[in-house]
Amino acid sequence: MLRAGPSSAQDGSTIPSVPAVSTHALTKTYRVPVREPGLRASLRSLVRREIREVEAVKPIDFAIEPGEVVGFLGPNGAGKTTTLKMLTGLLYPSGGSASVLGFDPARRDNAMLRRIALIMGNRNNLDWDLPALDSYELQRAIYEIPADVYPRRVDRFVELLDLGGLVDKPVRNLSLGERMKVEIAGALLHHPEVLFLDEPTLGLDITMQQRIRTFIRDHSLDTGASVLLTSHYMADIVALCERVIVIHHGQIIYDGPLRRLAERFAGYKTITVTAEHLSPALDGYGEVMVADQTVATLRVKRAEVSAVARRMLADMEVLDIEISDPPVEDVIAEVFSSGVDG
Amino acid sequence: MYWAEMRLSFQRTLQYRVATAFSLLGFIIEPIVYLVVWKTIAEAQGGSIAGYSADDFVAYYIAWTLVRAMNIALTPYVWDGRIQRGRMNDHLTKPFHLFHRDLASFAAWKPFWIMWWIPLAVVLVAVFQPTVRPSVIQFLAFFIAVWTGFILRFVILYLLGLIAFWTTRASALFEIVVTAELLLSGRLVPLDLMPGWVQTLAAWLPFQWTFQGPIEIVIGRTDLTGTLAVFGWQVVWTAGLGALLAFVWSRAIRRYSAVGA
Repeated sequence: MLRAGPSSAQDGSTIPSVPAVSTHALTKTYRVPVREPGLRASLRSLVRREIREVEAVKPIDFAIEPGEVVGFLGPNGAGKTTTLKMLTGLLYPSGGSASVLGFDPARRDNAMLRRIALIMGNRNNLDWDLPALDSYELQRAIYEIPADVYPRRVDRFVELLDLGGLVDKPVRNLSLGERMKVEIAGALLHHPEVLFLDEPTLGLDITMQQRIRTFIRDHSLDTGASVLLTSHYMADIVALCERVIVIHHGQIIYDGPLRRLAERFAGYKTITVTAEHLSPALDGYGEVMVADQTVATLRVKRAEVSAVARRMLADMEVLDIEISDPPVEDVIAEVFSSGVDG
Repeated sequence: MYWAEMRLSFQRTLQYRVATAFSLLGFIIEPIVYLVVWKTIAEAQGGSIAGYSADDFVAYYIAWTLVRAMNIALTPYVWDGRIQRGRMNDHLTKPFHLFHRDLASFAAWKPFWIMWWIPLAVVLVAVFQPTVRPSVIQFLAFFIAVWTGFILRFVILYLLGLIAFWTTRASALFEIVVTAELLLSGRLVPLDLMPGWVQTLAAWLPFQWTFQGPIEIVIGRTDLTGTLAVFGWQVVWTAGLGALLAFVWSRAIRRYSAVGA
């Protein structure tokens, strides 16, 4: 078995690291029974069942290095969760291959499962009727966490996630946010080397989202775990991921630094200009997004930004001018709504 | 891991001790009806039917109560829920086969059931006063056969449950199998009272080794050879169906669509 992570050869040179996660032409096609509404269609389906094949994930290729935290973005139904499920061995791929820590996830080797974790937001995996500490004991047994290490880890998680007073209550008595915190702590007790997070902050308030983000970031830094994170909250992505993979209609349309996303997909920049007296004909420079007496923000085509900025400086007594990429949320929203294909 | 899961399951059962007591009471009503009916018929027939005396029926159905409680296993209804709502995701990402976890979980309930059964058995013995007095050896053999019978029934129902991977409605077939089991296991009446063809059919199926087999050991209707045959058939069926289960599981898991989650 290949062990993921960089290593040194005997002569001192560095051997290229094996990706913690990689896919090659990985695909998933669902066979879905379909029928028209109504009694007649219902009776007809008894005799002849119509099956439609839905390509949830078209051939995708990517690799995640050890310790890397990668955001996996896409609208609902893009194929994110299906990909995560294939990588954790929950779904059997229709084609291609994947490797997680050197293992084929479809084989669901215990040796692989011991070293990964899947956390799905808003799902309860702890025993509903018992305090989380009892479920943690089961985790300890399943993952064979050494007896001397286990209490230290629990104490640390209790401290970091502020779980005091939560872990000894039946899980059913906890709020959604509290439950998510104890869930995350339980899922990470065995210090997984690869962490798959599917909407971990779903439905949580801002404070709880921030706490969980911070915990995930610190945990990844402490343990060197690789993380593949899906989230509809761009704040999660911005806080945790330098690199994002964008999937749309089952295809990867972008894989690169988060900061380059706007360059790739946003055909415009925003110019915020401050002047003593703004020109009344601002729409001659670009699309006006917000404007008052002295400050205006405009959307300007990327290719025209320099020329427009020069004209502004020439036409008005400009006190300040700022040119920036549009917010990531806006870029992503635009990508998904326009159905851009990469 | 077995021990940890059993401990957790036992704690869970303790949370629902009243519900468990009521379930057990439910199990008592069914055999008492059978017991009264067959005892009355045997007495009306001059003391016995097909070699079963009125007293044998009393002993049979009192032992029945424990066997029934002990051979409760994971039903396909659970599988329907697991598959339709994608509730297996957490289990399948754990480095431990779900079968072992489920088996440990169900096995952990059994001591609790036994705890509740003892006072009920005392009441039944006091009311119906069976004359059968099993020896310590017979009782021990019965106790072991009940556990091995539970494992066999667990494997049978687990296999049935796996059909949910193909149909997502395994419980429909379960209803048919439960009816067959009722007739072919000795649960409704001892098989000796059934027509010859039913007994022949029962001999080709595993059900009687989960029910009547263990009961016959404790009520003294079988000798050493018969007792060994009960264990032998239990082992053969468990091994055979266990191998089939392993094969079906490997195919079933490829069909899991993790829907609903």
